[in-house]
Amino acid sequence: MKSIADLKKIREQARHNISLRESGERTQVRVYMGTCGIAAGARQTIAAIIDELAKQNIGDVEVLQKGCIGLCEHEPLVEVERKGEDSVMYGHIDEEKARRIVTRHVIDGVILDEWVVNCGCSIGID
Amino acid sequence: MQLYRAHVLVCGGTGCVTSGCMDVHAELEKQLEKNGLSEEINVIVTGCVGTCDIGPILMVYPEAIFYQKVQVEDVAEIVEEHILKGRPVNRLMYQDKTSEIAEFIEKYYDIDFFNRQTRIVLRNTGVIDSTKIDEYIARDGYQAIAKALTEMKPIEVVEEIKKSGLRGRGGGGFPAGIKLELGHKADGDQKYMICNADEGDPGAFMDRSLLEGDPHSIIEGMMLASYAIGANQGYVYVRAEYPLAVDRLVTAIKQAKEYGLLGDNIFGSGFNYSLDLRVGAGAFVCGEETALMHSIEGLRGEPTPKPPYPTDAGVFGYPSVINNVETIANMPQIILNGSDWFNRFGVENNKGTKVFAVAGNILNTGLVEVELGTTLRTVIFDICGGVPNGKKFKAVQIGGPSGGCIPAEYLDTPITYDSLTSLGAMMGSGGLIVMDEDTCMVDLARFFLDFTQEESCGKCTPCRIGTKRMLEILERITEGHGQPGDIEKLEELAESIGDSSFCGLGRAAPNPILSTLRFFRDEYEAHIDGHKCPAGICKGLLNVEIIEDKCRSCGICARICPVNAIAGQRGQPYVVDQDTCTRCGLCIESCPFDAISKH
Repeated sequence: MKSIADLKKIREQARHNISLRESGERTQVRVYMGTCGIAAGARQTIAAIIDELAKQNIGDVEVLQKGCIGLCEHEPLVEVERKGEDSVMYGHIDEEKARRIVTRHVIDGVILDEWVVNCGCSIGID
Repeated sequence: MQLYRAHVLVCGGTGCVTSGCMDVHAELEKQLEKNGLSEEINVIVTGCVGTCDIGPILMVYPEAIFYQKVQVEDVAEIVEEHILKGRPVNRLMYQDKTSEIAEFIEKYYDIDFFNRQTRIVLRNTGVIDSTKIDEYIARDGYQAIAKALTEMKPIEVVEEIKKSGLRGRGGGGFPAGIKLELGHKADGDQKYMICNADEGDPGAFMDRSLLEGDPHSIIEGMMLASYAIGANQGYVYVRAEYPLAVDRLVTAIKQAKEYGLLGDNIFGSGFNYSLDLRVGAGAFVCGEETALMHSIEGLRGEPTPKPPYPTDAGVFGYPSVINNVETIANMPQIILNGSDWFNRFGVENNKGTKVFAVAGNILNTGLVEVELGTTLRTVIFDICGGVPNGKKFKAVQIGGPSGGCIPAEYLDTPITYDSLTSLGAMMGSGGLIVMDEDTCMVDLARFFLDFTQEESCGKCTPCRIGTKRMLEILERITEGHGQPGDIEKLEELAESIGDSSFCGLGRAAPNPILSTLRFFRDEYEAHIDGHKCPAGICKGLLNVEIIEDKCRSCGICARICPVNAIAGQRGQPYVVDQDTCTRCGLCIESCPFDAISKH
């Protein structure tokens, strides 16, 4: 390390890695992973979300697993709640759709209407 | 970039290591692997979280869920339920032990023990992986030294510390800025900066936790102080009884060297710096600064008179500044955020925070950082949950063998250097030992005297022989052979030892006696005149007796007594021979009819 610029560079990279441990609100992506969700492929969905976030270099998003909420026929369910916005529930989300949700909704803030199950009222556990 | 959806933090402080956290860690890795989760879950071993009595501790982020007393068998459940299915495991969560209903508290920040603290020094312990320099840098690590080296002159660093009002956290409370100023002004090309990590007070472990949990903050603080005084060499003197702290510090120094943060021409500023460890051999007296410096020089760890002060002639005869671990750990935060920021914490003349190691008869044993000026009641009752088992609080011992005890009526005293001194105690390094009503204060004084007498280096007569004589008198009193005039003898000895000892260890040695005499003189009198130990602790003053009405002459006590002091016949109450009895209490525990009492 030669200069302060080098130190800043390391800090920016490292911050991504520990940001989850800081308190404070951030965008949440909840994947419902009861038995029904897992059977419908929620594991692949969540893996795709994490992978896409990593590819796009987004560190400040919480990806949470939740239990079954009773909408089993819509599994895999993915709920996105951007900081300060209403949460949106998407149904039948496979890997490809999951990646689109990350790019369009999580990052750009555009709701993908065609996959929405229930908009504006969170029926999630939180 | 590798992205993890969750971070699992395993507390890796000495306390949790002792309760088996490393096995839990290994099992965690195994279970994650088994469930195919290794790629998405980050497992981090951190420094001490602070709640040492409920370890091993796991914390799961981003939910900030706090699990306590996690055993190897519990790991599979946490992984399968919480990590895999997103259903946190209630039964392993933190429980508020003060509330009557068993209530589980999910989140780390909802726990009183944590949310009532102000963490400046401990900001990173329990949050980062102390073996990874990047995690320290992520939390603004090495920004302060970068700022100092590129934007500030050494004297400006001195001024900033002076303005912050930081006082030495090792005990005496000498203003840290003035010490740096003395070092800065001292003549000479060769100077040394020393970190005193020879923490030896019984029950104190603040410095250890800091060295284990955030070693880079010590390195950065040492760099700042060294830059301020003009030293290119620093030593951290750490006791050998802290192998984990030594290990983590060695790793940290190695990483800092690899990053060019230690070495020549740091940040292109022309500042060269080298930091080395010196491991002590286990003598308490080496926490005294002159003795410590002799130990660094390779000589016997014995104190020498001051003056000359270390800032004039310290290690190898060169000007040296010596500060305690916690003092040094404050410096990066002060330089980075400014003295005005630091001044917002604490009270007049006592700025900032202090870390306390709370132990003894207390619900939550552990490490607590609070603003100076916080009352003892807040620390002991609100944060640490008070005295367990429905017992009454009697006193708190503060400052270790050089400190004193503070009884219940002073619980609302704000903790400051000056308030503690006026009560005959002292801040010391920050060990707080809480005592309930079953503690005998004479026995407590005897315990500390036993410690200082053992640890006296023997160089000067008052300390070597004086502490021995005081200990003998205390032993006599606790054994039931106290004589009239013993209290006066103790007072006379205490005064002359305090006046004439060579170093701080000897001068402060009588403090535990003076302070217990001040607040609990009646207990001494009860021992000597009344041949009674009010707390029922001193075996020499106890009689074990069999209550005739209750005894059914079953003979269990006679069989269990290790010294055959109990005898009797069928149909008649048994009798204890008081001369043979050692008051071990085994018979009391074994009696099925509660027919044996000790008083």
